[in-house]
Amino acid sequence: MIDRKPPGPDTRRRSLMARVLQNPLGAICLGYLVLTILAGFMASSISGHHPNEVFPREIRLGPSAAHWMGTDSSGRDIFSRLLHGTLPTLRDASIAVIVASLLGTLFGLVAGYFGKWPEKIGTRVADLLMALPGLVVLLAVRTVVGPSMPLMMIALGIVMSGGFFRVVHAAVLGVRNELFVDAARVFRVSDTRIILRHILPTVRGPAVILAANLMAISIAIQAGLVFLGLGDLFAPGWGNLLNGGFANIYIAPLELLWPSVAIGLTCVIFFLFGNVVRDELARTGINAAAVARGQGAADGNARHRHDPAAADEAPTDGQAVLGVRGLVVGYPGADGRVNRVVDGVDLRIARGEIHGLIGESGSGKSQVVLSIIRLLPEGGRIVAGSIFLGGRDVVRMMEREMDRLRGRYVAYIPQEPMSNLDPVFTVGSQLVEPMRIQLGLGRRAARNRAMELLEQVGIDDPKRVFDSYPHQISGGMAQRILIAGAISCGPTLLIADEPTTALDVTIQAEILELLRELRRQLDLAVLLVTHNLGVVADICDKVSVMQSGRIVETGSVGDIFADPGHPYTRALFAATLDDAPTRAPYASGLIEANHG
Amino acid sequence: MLWYILQRFLASLMLIAVVIAGTFFILHLSTDKVARGILGPDATQEVVLQKKQELGLDRPIVTQFADWAARALHGDLGRSWFSGEPVITAIATRLPVTLAIITAATVLIAAVSLVLGVLAATRRGWIDQAVQVLSVMGFAIPNFILAILLVSVFAIRLGWFRAVGYQSLFDSPAGWLDTVTLPVIALAVSGISGVAPQVRGALLDALGKDYVRTLRSRGLPWRRVVYRHVLRGSMGPALSMLGVHFIGMFGGAVLIERIFAIPGIGQMSVNAALNSDVPLVMGFVVAVSFFVVLLNLIVDLIQAWLDPRVRMTT
Repeated sequence: MIDRKPPGPDTRRRSLMARVLQNPLGAICLGYLVLTILAGFMASSISGHHPNEVFPREIRLGPSAAHWMGTDSSGRDIFSRLLHGTLPTLRDASIAVIVASLLGTLFGLVAGYFGKWPEKIGTRVADLLMALPGLVVLLAVRTVVGPSMPLMMIALGIVMSGGFFRVVHAAVLGVRNELFVDAARVFRVSDTRIILRHILPTVRGPAVILAANLMAISIAIQAGLVFLGLGDLFAPGWGNLLNGGFANIYIAPLELLWPSVAIGLTCVIFFLFGNVVRDELARTGINAAAVARGQGAADGNARHRHDPAAADEAPTDGQAVLGVRGLVVGYPGADGRVNRVVDGVDLRIARGEIHGLIGESGSGKSQVVLSIIRLLPEGGRIVAGSIFLGGRDVVRMMEREMDRLRGRYVAYIPQEPMSNLDPVFTVGSQLVEPMRIQLGLGRRAARNRAMELLEQVGIDDPKRVFDSYPHQISGGMAQRILIAGAISCGPTLLIADEPTTALDVTIQAEILELLRELRRQLDLAVLLVTHNLGVVADICDKVSVMQSGRIVETGSVGDIFADPGHPYTRALFAATLDDAPTRAPYASGLIEANHG
Repeated sequence: MLWYILQRFLASLMLIAVVIAGTFFILHLSTDKVARGILGPDATQEVVLQKKQELGLDRPIVTQFADWAARALHGDLGRSWFSGEPVITAIATRLPVTLAIITAATVLIAAVSLVLGVLAATRRGWIDQAVQVLSVMGFAIPNFILAILLVSVFAIRLGWFRAVGYQSLFDSPAGWLDTVTLPVIALAVSGISGVAPQVRGALLDALGKDYVRTLRSRGLPWRRVVYRHVLRGSMGPALSMLGVHFIGMFGGAVLIERIFAIPGIGQMSVNAALNSDVPLVMGFVVAVSFFVVLLNLIVDLIQAWLDPRVRMTT
């Protein structure tokens, strides 16, 4: 079920505990912990034996009605010893966790809230505490303090407080400059009060998760220390049972099994409990997203009806470089319905044609583009329709065949230049790699061709750029490189998804000029996605207008600019005319288009 | 780049120097207790004082540290109070054993995490679920408990491996495998639980990157993009985590060596702690610290090799 209420911080705070309990795993974990502690308190009455009571004739017995887990090598009841060891083990582990959480929370709050030198010192100290493994530090501590478990656990707590500090510090940094904290400062609420009332609650979630994990670690380390003989060998505890059992591992392996299971299970439970809390805290965010998606799906289904008949029509024109028929793209929505983001799109592009695809953000333009190269984001699926590239339908094509078409028949220029170059490879190697695979070029030939391409797209210093990494070049240059990559394997159709949106105005014009030039030189067909009418007027031959997953109008640029037929197209024009910065290029383009 | 790595190297060296100094002071907090730990609880105050004098513990602590540090810089970590053996020798004979096990475990962690992480991220479905469940369990179960269970089942019950002892890899490769397999698995499981989800997450993150789509749009097969581009770009955090686990295993080895009766540096230091053998404990801390610095350096270098952005940082 989806919680349709917008989850605010208030509901989250009140119901976290309740939600952990409602989670089956959370309930099991809490149940186990409560039962374990209860069993520890009632150890004597449950087991019916004193932990140190010796049954001289019943040494190393297996489980029986009298001794549920059998007896150890001194003839003592293992079950009783295990139960009596519960509270001391948990108590020792708690000492470490309490010390760690108190120190970590206190210093984390102060460092995160005040910044400056408390932050610097705190971070340094945390680094120091976490530099060596805890057990290594504890060995040193043990050398000095002797077998005192509480002292060692305090030391462990101090060591672990470094991790706690980091978590709390990070959480405070996240809210330090939030509006409500600023507001409180403006109203001269004291720092202590702001920290306690406004910041501490936001830290609570991460702190609970960490404390649960540290509890698991502390139990393990406590038992481990005793097992190594570094603790008090006469104090009751799970580690002692382990120590005793290990001596008899060949004779009575079962004796070792019980404390091992107790320690392992309790550690797992604490850990799982932490995970449940984290999941429940995270679910708030997921629910919000799910609600948004669910509503989107409902809207989408209400607005459109897809006509399935359109999908199965064969393409009528073999001349087209691209023929899209009845394309439907869907994403899985809430409760299993398919949310259609593209709903029956037809598109035809002839050789050498520059075809503009315009529409507002979210109208489905990019989804059409990504369908054509069959690289929809995860979850996206072509539900119906056909996409003919050079007379072959790619919708049902094998992936291997599709790989051969990509780059060689259809190429793609993305919107955001910087994020579309792999940051860890040089520009050159990213250009060379596809050519070597697609065209079978040798290393040297591919390199030479890459240099030519870089020159062709107007890069002055191809040698230097070839050896550069993406973070060393400008956005405009990156877009030129992406264009070079797109034309590198000699495509027939170029698909450009808002290729100028992320660029400065002057560079926009240059990139458009480059596209126009390439079209002339290489006789390319171009599908140009944009929301900028000026761009369409400037460069396109034909234009299709897209709204809410459908194409509402198609025609030559001259016709549509002169007489927009669809109300949505007219609305787009009106919006552009109000928009001062794009007006000048649009107006000049309009005149050009009308004259041409 | 060199400057950047040198800076990081010096910072970690400084950090470790402070840690070592801190440990030295902790170890000398209560010299009475230490002397009594050597002599036994019944020693008279007079004998304790005499012992402290003999060990030089009666001097001001700063003098003691300056003295120790000056010697340590020349490679002299003193002698064990218990056996009289030079600390350097004691460590040199035992460290290779521990190092062999930890290194083997690190290789195992890297290999298994890579396979599981890639499978989980690219196949999703049940294998993804399984990896996630296993990683929680593997992380939560203490490694020495796991070791005890492994010994009970595979060494004692089934007899597949030897339960105790150690053979050098150079003396007998088969014997080495026989003795280290179980300890290495016991150490590696929690590391795998930590690193595999890291690999998975980083991969999933990287798979959604724009450049992946663009590379695919040029006709690069999916496999090639994943193994050549995505993996390389997303290995940074997983590598750091692997480094953390390598260091952490020095702690784990203390327990594991006890269970498998492996004569490594962990066993040595447990005995040293029990005997209040301060120079030997100090030597242990110095040895581990050395690897902390070394490993940070190695991770930084690999990181720089993997990612040019790190290389360019100044």
